[in-house]
Amino acid sequence: MTTLGARSASIAHAQREAVACSHCGLPVPRGLVEESAEHQFCCNGCRTVFGVLRGGGLERYYAVRDSVRAERRAALTTDADFAEMDDPVYMDQFVRVREDGFCETDLVLEGVHCAACVWLVERLDRVSPAVVSSRLDLRRATVSVAWNPNAGSLPGVARSLASLGYTPHPPRGGAREAVRRSENRTYLIRCAVAGALAGNIMLIAIALYGGWFAGMSHEFQTFFRWLSAGLGLTSLAWPGRVFFAGAINALRTRTANLDLPIALALGVGGVWGIANTITGAGEIYFDSLGMLVFLLLVGRWIQHAQQRRAADAVELLFTLTPTRARLLDGRGDARSVPADTLQVDDRVEVLADDTVPADGEVVEGQSDVDEALLTGESRPRRVGGGDVVSAGSVNLSGRLVVRVAAPVQEARLAQLMRLVSEATSAKSRVVKFADRIAGWFVLVVMVLASVTAAVWWPSGAHGSMEHATALLIVACPCALGLATPLVMTVSIGRLARMGVLVKSADVIERLSRPGRLMLDKTGTLTEGTLTVAERVGEDHAWALAAIAERESRHPVARAITQAFATPASELAVAADDLHARPGLGVEAIVGEQRVAVGSARLMETLGVVLDDDARDWIEARVNAGSPVFVSLDGTLAGIAVLDDSLRSGSLRSTRTLRKNGWHASVLSGDRAATVARIAGDLGIEDACGEVTPEHKLEAVRHASGANASRGPVVMVGDGVNDAAAIAAADVGIAVQGGAEASLEAADVACQRVGLEPIVDLIDESRRAMRRVRLCLCCSLGYNAVAAGCAMAGLVTPLFAAVLMPLSSLTVLTIAASGGARRSSNDGGGA
Amino acid sequence: MSILFIMVPAALVLAGLGVWAFIRAVRSGQFDDLETPAIRALFDDDD
Repeated sequence: MTTLGARSASIAHAQREAVACSHCGLPVPRGLVEESAEHQFCCNGCRTVFGVLRGGGLERYYAVRDSVRAERRAALTTDADFAEMDDPVYMDQFVRVREDGFCETDLVLEGVHCAACVWLVERLDRVSPAVVSSRLDLRRATVSVAWNPNAGSLPGVARSLASLGYTPHPPRGGAREAVRRSENRTYLIRCAVAGALAGNIMLIAIALYGGWFAGMSHEFQTFFRWLSAGLGLTSLAWPGRVFFAGAINALRTRTANLDLPIALALGVGGVWGIANTITGAGEIYFDSLGMLVFLLLVGRWIQHAQQRRAADAVELLFTLTPTRARLLDGRGDARSVPADTLQVDDRVEVLADDTVPADGEVVEGQSDVDEALLTGESRPRRVGGGDVVSAGSVNLSGRLVVRVAAPVQEARLAQLMRLVSEATSAKSRVVKFADRIAGWFVLVVMVLASVTAAVWWPSGAHGSMEHATALLIVACPCALGLATPLVMTVSIGRLARMGVLVKSADVIERLSRPGRLMLDKTGTLTEGTLTVAERVGEDHAWALAAIAERESRHPVARAITQAFATPASELAVAADDLHARPGLGVEAIVGEQRVAVGSARLMETLGVVLDDDARDWIEARVNAGSPVFVSLDGTLAGIAVLDDSLRSGSLRSTRTLRKNGWHASVLSGDRAATVARIAGDLGIEDACGEVTPEHKLEAVRHASGANASRGPVVMVGDGVNDAAAIAAADVGIAVQGGAEASLEAADVACQRVGLEPIVDLIDESRRAMRRVRLCLCCSLGYNAVAAGCAMAGLVTPLFAAVLMPLSSLTVLTIAASGGARRSSNDGGGA
Repeated sequence: MSILFIMVPAALVLAGLGVWAFIRAVRSGQFDDLETPAIRALFDDDD
């Protein structure tokens, strides 16, 4: 399995150049440009997918993609054979056999993101003849695929999906998804029933109002009143039940929520209405009540749809854990097995580019492993016999044999994941703004209703009850219940157009006041990839170094191929006799010269002498980054300093944040010296390096525990190592290019690079909360006026029926206008 | 005007049929994925 980290690295890597990749359209790194070739590719993934598309007659994909103007992404392919999907355990768990004899399963796809992906995935049968049908659910990134078991197997289907650039993973959390789906259906049905009832009650009410003005015979009036009462009670008892249930819950837990005043209005209005219908005298308010139930349920549904989206995203988190392992048997032959079945002391083979499936000890082979996902350290670590490796780290160069030390469920990665889910569930719920005022609201309305009843008592008991009921109904906080979800939905949509994906409305409420912002250095403040900061030596030497490094995925190799173009005259020159020296560098024969690129240790092993000038040059740049050497035929030919450079907008963004009252600090897994340097460059005083994931979590918990009054704690990060801290923070933000795990643990995912989207988010949150308050003022204003009228005995059912939609419309206008007004100037952001 | 005693309940029964049909549609999963079908419709003309 290839990691997402590697994919994003290759994208960032590609973005600075000019030649466009024939598949994804992203720029091709200079070192990979083949001048004579008809097609250019930014990576092997794109080359593979391009070939598959042409072979399958699917070139129209490119036209489709251009027509939908989708975001460009480099293709990610994998060499995995998915043999573990043929395992009986796997088949039992995930595969269904349909009545027609075809097999069916769901697979979560990495990398689907746009309409063209839908087009391509649903034409899987062109590439894989065994496939009968494939349907993609874009939001959940899940394809439901059916195939003929006599014509092919699931691993074959999975391989063809992978060959299109969408690595498949087994679905997890299917049961929870089913629960959410049925909840969504229940909400929809409630809205539909409430809407139909409200519409019909309103029609009947119009007839009654007509009769009120023009006169109506008694039998018709009784008929319509009974119909109205019947429909109204149905509305209260069926879809409106949720408000009573919510109110009873609130009473039981002795907390206030918006259900309380709503249930009060609905209950009193319903009882009084049915009493008046039976006695045939007095007003009935079923039209207003039915409309209330409908509008409020629509608000609830909007809220639920938002939450469902967030929950779906979390499910994807588990797709990251490697699901297959190459188990070695006694004779040393490897076969693919599901990673879940690995036992302690099993020996597994980890090939280059594969992810280590379980925690264990290296017993054979040497290599570099990329542990960025786990520790945040962007430099690969060299491992050999006896070293401990963790599940989730990526083997970069050589073959390793690992003895499993702990079952997969107890792996470090699984533990981190568990921390994430614990932190997510332990997160304190924000007391919703609307709920905070709901308690007072109930109190005030009850007092006013009692006062009204008391004042009107002398002029008749029936009349006084009539006025009190009218007050309760017109004071029902309908607009209040609609305002927050509407404004939030508009804001979330607006932010999404700006490339900031907000998963829940709570985020906006939390971010509306300044707090503490904890930044992870790698990827957030910096480019996240190594670049050549400074170098000495001739261009020729570096060009040869780039040729020698062309085939390698190592970050250092990437930096060198990126920085030094191969001259046209030497394009055809290939590196012969290529030796990767794990942890040290590479050696190769390029043309007639023996080229070595790598660390000081490599130079030492090769007997290359570093003179005093070279030593001084490195000495002067000891804090600037890590040095890389190139030697030609055993003599030193160049030195470069590689560095993870600052993103261009970071400085301005940190300044803006500080101006707005935010306190920023850096909390990173990187080397302390590097963190201190970058924090210094940005003027951030509070900086901490070499922090483990567990310590990050501790720091976030400490900050939110100690400083509850000092505003929200926001964690910004991009790796698995940040995921737990991101989940524990009041608001977790994952920035682009990050690991899937951190994206899923976060409340907010940014599609744009750098800190600017975070500044936008904070800005928009402030404005959104201002709009919420404005909406609440308006709706409370309406309620106050209506309550005044009710106390004065002026409210009739018609008055209530006109006033309520009017207040809801005002709220709608405020919510929508706020979004529309500024959406004109965000064109550049998307 | 006494036709209303038949017409109004008849109208309500029709409304009830509409609601019933909608509930059936929801339960059969037609509203589970509101994004992909909209996109799928764009491509159906080419094959």
